[in-house]
Amino acid sequence: MKTTPDNSGDVRLSGISKTYDNGFTAVQPLDLTVPEGSFFALLGASGCGKTTTLRMIAGLEEPSSGTVRLGDQDVTHLPPYKRPVNTVFQSYALFPHLDIYENVAFGLRRRGVKSVKKQVEEMLELVQLGEQARKKPHQLSGGQQQRVAVARALINHPKVLLLDEPLGALDLKLRRQMQLELKRIQTEVGITFVHVTHDQEEAMTMADTVAVMNGGRVEQLGAPTDLYENPRTTFVANFLGTSNLIEAEVDTKNGADIVLKAGGGKLVLPEARCSAPTTAGGKVLVGIRPEKIALTHADDAGSIPEGRNRVTGKIADASFIGVSTQYVIDTPVCDEFAVYAQNVERDGRLVPGADVVLHWSPAHTFGLDAAQDIDAGTEEEAA
Amino acid sequence: MSTLTEAPPPLAPAEPEQKPVRKRGRFTPYWLLLPGILWLVVFFALPMIYQASTSVQQGSLEDGYKITWHFATYWDALAEYWPQFLRSVFYAAAATLLCLVLGYPLAYLIAFRAGRWKNLIMILVIAPFFTSFLIRTLAWKTILSDSGPVVHTLNSLHVLDLTNWLGWTAGDRVLATPLAVVCGLTYNFLPFMILPLYTSLERIDGRLHEAAGDLYAKPWTTFRKVTFPLSMPGVVSGTLLTFIPAAGDYVNAELLGSTDTRMIGNVIQTQFLRILDYPTAAALSFILMAAILAMVTLYIRRSGTEDLV
Repeated sequence: MKTTPDNSGDVRLSGISKTYDNGFTAVQPLDLTVPEGSFFALLGASGCGKTTTLRMIAGLEEPSSGTVRLGDQDVTHLPPYKRPVNTVFQSYALFPHLDIYENVAFGLRRRGVKSVKKQVEEMLELVQLGEQARKKPHQLSGGQQQRVAVARALINHPKVLLLDEPLGALDLKLRRQMQLELKRIQTEVGITFVHVTHDQEEAMTMADTVAVMNGGRVEQLGAPTDLYENPRTTFVANFLGTSNLIEAEVDTKNGADIVLKAGGGKLVLPEARCSAPTTAGGKVLVGIRPEKIALTHADDAGSIPEGRNRVTGKIADASFIGVSTQYVIDTPVCDEFAVYAQNVERDGRLVPGADVVLHWSPAHTFGLDAAQDIDAGTEEEAA
Repeated sequence: MSTLTEAPPPLAPAEPEQKPVRKRGRFTPYWLLLPGILWLVVFFALPMIYQASTSVQQGSLEDGYKITWHFATYWDALAEYWPQFLRSVFYAAAATLLCLVLGYPLAYLIAFRAGRWKNLIMILVIAPFFTSFLIRTLAWKTILSDSGPVVHTLNSLHVLDLTNWLGWTAGDRVLATPLAVVCGLTYNFLPFMILPLYTSLERIDGRLHEAAGDLYAKPWTTFRKVTFPLSMPGVVSGTLLTFIPAAGDYVNAELLGSTDTRMIGNVIQTQFLRILDYPTAAALSFILMAAILAMVTLYIRRSGTEDLV
């Protein structure tokens, strides 16, 4: 069922922006290319402009500037009903007066397709709703309604399927299940999916490429692992998972590594993993993910191998959450250092109040420009 | 024996506390219903029973009326006044249709396009209610008067030639013709059409319009396939609220019509207040009620809006 790659499913946004009549700019001029057949996620907190971007692709919002192209066709000024895209709306927007069958057949009928029966039945099979064809939307569960919304859009074989927070109304367990389901459907039909979500886990599980948006701009774009391992801004570092950020000063360079001074100690950072300028004396934010850090009791500090970055501290809090234990550690470089330790061999001495040494491989360290807000993208900032 | 899957019984002391609460609460709903029930008995059931008994009485004002179970009054009334019945249904249907045609676009505008003017337009729709029904209808007498601007304009546009040919008007007049009565009915009952239409249109989720557009429906198709079907509850209740009072109305026919445009309401009024033939008047009232009930039941069945409401 895969379509031949003639790039007609590419989405190209160039210089696209949206400023509302009241002067609020939801999307700053933005260039974005979504390659055909990819699963692309626009990720960001509410109000970051991700839904507006999606609606401009759908034609539900007129861009203030720039162009929207699908393949080689400029669709910037086409009304939604003339665009070869379909949308799965937030909370689905199923037609309440039509049964499931007619909801799914709606797009085909509008385009004058004579016999819709075979296609509708096939599509209902794909989303496993063959039995429910004659029910009304309100008689179905949330997860089933969600699948109807996907079927109703997919049956038209759009060049691009747009999904606006499609899983937002489902409970956690169902959401996980639908994430896999949507991923399966996308692989099966090979259509370009553009998915808008505020759930970073959802974006990372499903998408091939994630664009993290903040304040109407794309902060960083890349594969989920790339974004997670090499964040280039504090917003991405904090919004995708958790990061410990340490304010440090560039001391010397040692081959491909930079040596930094932080809180009286030294830290090593590969230069390739630093997105900030690295002149001697310059400020850099050193980042490390909590699960990359190993925790050793201060008495055993001698057993830590050479060449690892070290920070000393005192355990302030420890919470056991099953697969791991999450520690909050008071250190001279950062007073709330988060460490996630897997519960493999638990050291009984690691309790609040204990003196510990945190250590990690320099290869896991990343460097960010210190001119940014260190708390951007954290929950405290959002609140 | 209790099994493992059974939840443990609630603590013993909880029970004596709950019982009196439940007992006190048992009759509360009925006490709360009482005023409503009393109202219905005094102002609805009793008059109905009284009228029903009047309709099967015989006698005269001087000798007094007695119940003689004289059902022939019904047949006689129907045989004599069936043209007025038919006319009432026809006028009311015409006025209802006009109200729908005029009211739907306005309700649509208020619900989807009015923006900050919404409240102002709503007030304008309701404003006529601040004056009396009678005075408003009398005003139409002036508006439609023979030398007035409306008649003059219609005449110079040759619209009156058309309406004359259709039998809605006669000569150079609008007043005292069926057209005047239907116009009066339309004007007086228009808000009863607009308000339910507005309520049901306003409830439609705007995203459904977007979804229809997204699924290749042009704006007009979106209206036909999504907006209008979803506004059916409003259409049904609006037409009922217009048709039912219009069918029984006599003020418009009295003030704006002539002897040729008498509706069943006029007949009943005359029978009660001038001829003083109470049995016939009561019988006519019951026939009208039964006819309207039958039509409304059929209409609701046919329109199939049960699962929409």
